[in-house]
Amino acid sequence: MTAAAAPHKLIKRATGDWEVVIGMEIHAQVTSNAKLFSGASTAFGGEPNSHVSLVDAAMPGMLPVINEECVRQAVRTGLGLNAKINLRSVFDRKNYFYPDLPQGYQISQYKSPIVGEGEVSLELDGGRSVTIGIERLHLEQDAGKLLHDQSPTMTYVDLNRSGVALMEIVSKPDIRDAEQAKAYVTKLRSILRYLGTCDGDMEKGSLRADVNVSVRRHGETALGTRCEIKNMNSVNFIGQAIEYEARRQIEIIEDGGSIDQETRLFDPDKGETRSMRSKEEAHDYRYFPDPDLLPLEFSQAFVDDLKAQLPELPDEKKSRFITGFGLSSYDASVLVAERESAEFYETVLSGLADKTRDGKLAANWVINELFGRLNKEGVAIAASPVSAQQLAAIVGLIGEGTISGKIAKDLFEIVWQEGGDPRALVEARGMKQVTDLGAIEKVVDDIIAANPDKVEQAKAKPAALQWFVGQVMKSSGGKANPKAVNELLKSKLGV
Amino acid sequence: MTDLTSLTIAEAREGLASKSFTAAELTDAHLAAIEAARVLNAYVLETPDRAREMARAADAKIAKGEGGPLAGIPLGIKDLFATRDIRTTACSKILGNFIPPYESTVTSQLWRDGAVLLGKLNNDEFAMGSSNETSCFGPVTNPWRREGSNTTLVPGGSSGGSASAVAALLCMGATATDTGGSIRQPAAFTATVGIKPTYGRCSRWGIVAFASSLDQAGPIARTTRDAAILMRSMAGHDPKDTTSVDIAVPDYEAAIGKSVKGMKIGIPKEYRLDGMPAEIEKLWSEGAQWLKAAGAELVEVSLPHTKYALPAYYIVAPAEASSNLARYDGVRYGLREPAKNIIEMYEDTRADGFGDEVRRRVLIGTYVLSAGYYDAYYLRAQKVRTLIKKDFEDCFAKGVNAILTPATPSAAFGIGEKGGADPVEMYLNDIFTVTVNMAGLPGIAVPAGKDTQGLPLGLQLIGRPFDEETLFSLGEVIERAAGRFTAPRWW
Repeated sequence: MTAAAAPHKLIKRATGDWEVVIGMEIHAQVTSNAKLFSGASTAFGGEPNSHVSLVDAAMPGMLPVINEECVRQAVRTGLGLNAKINLRSVFDRKNYFYPDLPQGYQISQYKSPIVGEGEVSLELDGGRSVTIGIERLHLEQDAGKLLHDQSPTMTYVDLNRSGVALMEIVSKPDIRDAEQAKAYVTKLRSILRYLGTCDGDMEKGSLRADVNVSVRRHGETALGTRCEIKNMNSVNFIGQAIEYEARRQIEIIEDGGSIDQETRLFDPDKGETRSMRSKEEAHDYRYFPDPDLLPLEFSQAFVDDLKAQLPELPDEKKSRFITGFGLSSYDASVLVAERESAEFYETVLSGLADKTRDGKLAANWVINELFGRLNKEGVAIAASPVSAQQLAAIVGLIGEGTISGKIAKDLFEIVWQEGGDPRALVEARGMKQVTDLGAIEKVVDDIIAANPDKVEQAKAKPAALQWFVGQVMKSSGGKANPKAVNELLKSKLGV
Repeated sequence: MTDLTSLTIAEAREGLASKSFTAAELTDAHLAAIEAARVLNAYVLETPDRAREMARAADAKIAKGEGGPLAGIPLGIKDLFATRDIRTTACSKILGNFIPPYESTVTSQLWRDGAVLLGKLNNDEFAMGSSNETSCFGPVTNPWRREGSNTTLVPGGSSGGSASAVAALLCMGATATDTGGSIRQPAAFTATVGIKPTYGRCSRWGIVAFASSLDQAGPIARTTRDAAILMRSMAGHDPKDTTSVDIAVPDYEAAIGKSVKGMKIGIPKEYRLDGMPAEIEKLWSEGAQWLKAAGAELVEVSLPHTKYALPAYYIVAPAEASSNLARYDGVRYGLREPAKNIIEMYEDTRADGFGDEVRRRVLIGTYVLSAGYYDAYYLRAQKVRTLIKKDFEDCFAKGVNAILTPATPSAAFGIGEKGGADPVEMYLNDIFTVTVNMAGLPGIAVPAGKDTQGLPLGLQLIGRPFDEETLFSLGEVIERAAGRFTAPRWW
């Protein structure tokens, strides 16, 4: 299925409906200890120029040697995107001068990338889904960083990032609106994080997107002239930039103008994009195969081996949650969106005595009680005061009927505040649900005896039975088993 | 005591082992010779302190019986090889006073085996040239002169300093590099032996790059045996150069004197150029007859794409060079011309730092890789390269062991004599040698005779991939038949 066939947002104007066409290039920093072609560390935040080898600084006579771990990471990512893995690929040089590019060229892959076509499926609001095609994924070197604020007259260069491995993941122009674009980046990020091939930290620049936007009148099939919005490092900004850029382009065309193909930058303060350089100013990169590197070749067995060790990905996990534990599609999506939340839920599951019985209940508790509380308090899941084991114990206590849902909330609060073993807390603080029929019967009899008028009402109208249930629960301090109370009342009152 | 500088490496090895002289004495003799021969401009940096220190260390090891295969042998190093803590410039102003904190793999293997560094040798700037006239340190003088003439001749290039120093007894052997003929052409111009090994035989790590897919290091020495001795130390797989090949390094010296009986020697008809001097023609057939007399069989072979090699080479090599030389931008090391913005800094630095020939090749290379020209030039040249390679493969598939050709179309010429008006005139020097680089094959140049003016001429043998041994065996046959050629000392 292509995105064009999926429902998407059109921009309605006096001149008719307009469609936005979006393609994205995501630069994802490969999770690896060493750089793509040198042994220097990739650690973030070191002193400037403390992670720079002779190769990274492009000293005379230095040669690149491919880091096999980066190759494995690219292949894993390709497999995670259901993409074609190319057993032979070629590294090319992309030539241009810039002080953050010591070699005077970036080693990248141009004509023969390591990964070919693949796809990513997105779930949108309202249960809609759409599949976005992946054009290719290739490996390339990151550049260094220019520091303009160290001296009034000079620019300094920090080469710590120079040569760090990036995966450039290029989508097909299948994205049709800002919502899809945001969902695409979010989903891709999630897949990368599940795979462990990129930490997805957009603030640190581990994941950046170049967004290509063009517009056309609804129904047209030819693509309009595109503008590329460079270096976006926030999902929300991507959405804002697309909305702005689409309207800008439509207005130009409506006014009888035409779109200039150019590179633009998004200014988050003003919420607008502005021109960075035009097509005429675009570099001629003079790509050619890097003669220092032989073509990258590996066997199908190498790929198969990586495939066999691939972790479960969000889509698979989601369907397992739905079929295995009866979760709603929405709940399952919430849980699998982040690797950490899925892992938390899985740990809760593993702490349950009866997963099939309590799996769905556990999902409710993780999403509503725990995530709700964490969000409210601004606490990360890794720092949750209630552990997965503790939450599993609480859910288990509910599931087996030891405590009611209401008591469970009190128990959750105690565990959140004070910690402790939930099962022991229930014992120690007398929070157990009363299922002893004798004890409940005494309470029921007392209430019936004291309220003859209510008895008459209930006999005439069985819905009034709920008043008695409430009274019994109240006098038992919430510990009576509501199901047992209900049954007992029905038999006593003969309704 | 005979002049120690006139010994071959093999002879010096004997003398050191038998304690006839010490490594320190051998080194001192060479340091004195270098000092006396500064007029040749072969060395761009002399390192006497380092040399004496290394010689003393070699003597100590020899005394303990721990001397390596090159213990105490004084060598000159082409300035394209990075030498740790010793200025390395590729003879370009743009590298300025660059002192690398690292040692090239090839030279570190020489030091591992006990060799002594005398200094850094002159070469064409970034190895671009065939006469050693493009060096920022000025041209090198060939120790050879035409009979009865005082005209200063070039030693060839780009390894002109290496060839001149070896021929003038200013070192026992030298490292060199060959991208289109830069070892073999100067060897032929100076009556020395130079071998360009198979691409991938020597590590390129730490050698200033000219054209990565063509560059290969090799030795220049006074005899085939000496070249074989040096080759063994220089060759080998290096994990730091992924284009180096993991094949065991044979004992090349064992190939010296080995019978060549029954070997098939190809004589390529395409190398018989129109207007080729009769003396080159004569030398070539003489060489063939010597090999035949040693039991080899001569066969005429065809390498049909030979005529396209030089034009294709002058696309591929500048293309790679234009990219390889992009790192000399004034940002991190070497020359920087201060300017008011980064673009002007690049422009001024590179305009001032690179010489004419380097700039010409950077421009050609940039042009042939440009959008719209890539397919017509670079891609086409690569296709030609594949065809050239296939010519040789077909030839070797028919049982040919090696191919014999002239090394150069002429003997050494005068400084300033060629290429002034038309650079192609200079490029034509490499007409017999570039095919070998394009095909990645080993090629050796050995002295074979003299022209009518008394200048040395060389023959080239081209071998199968990684069969340098056959080249040493055949080269020694020619060497034995032709005799030794020593430049009369005039300096």
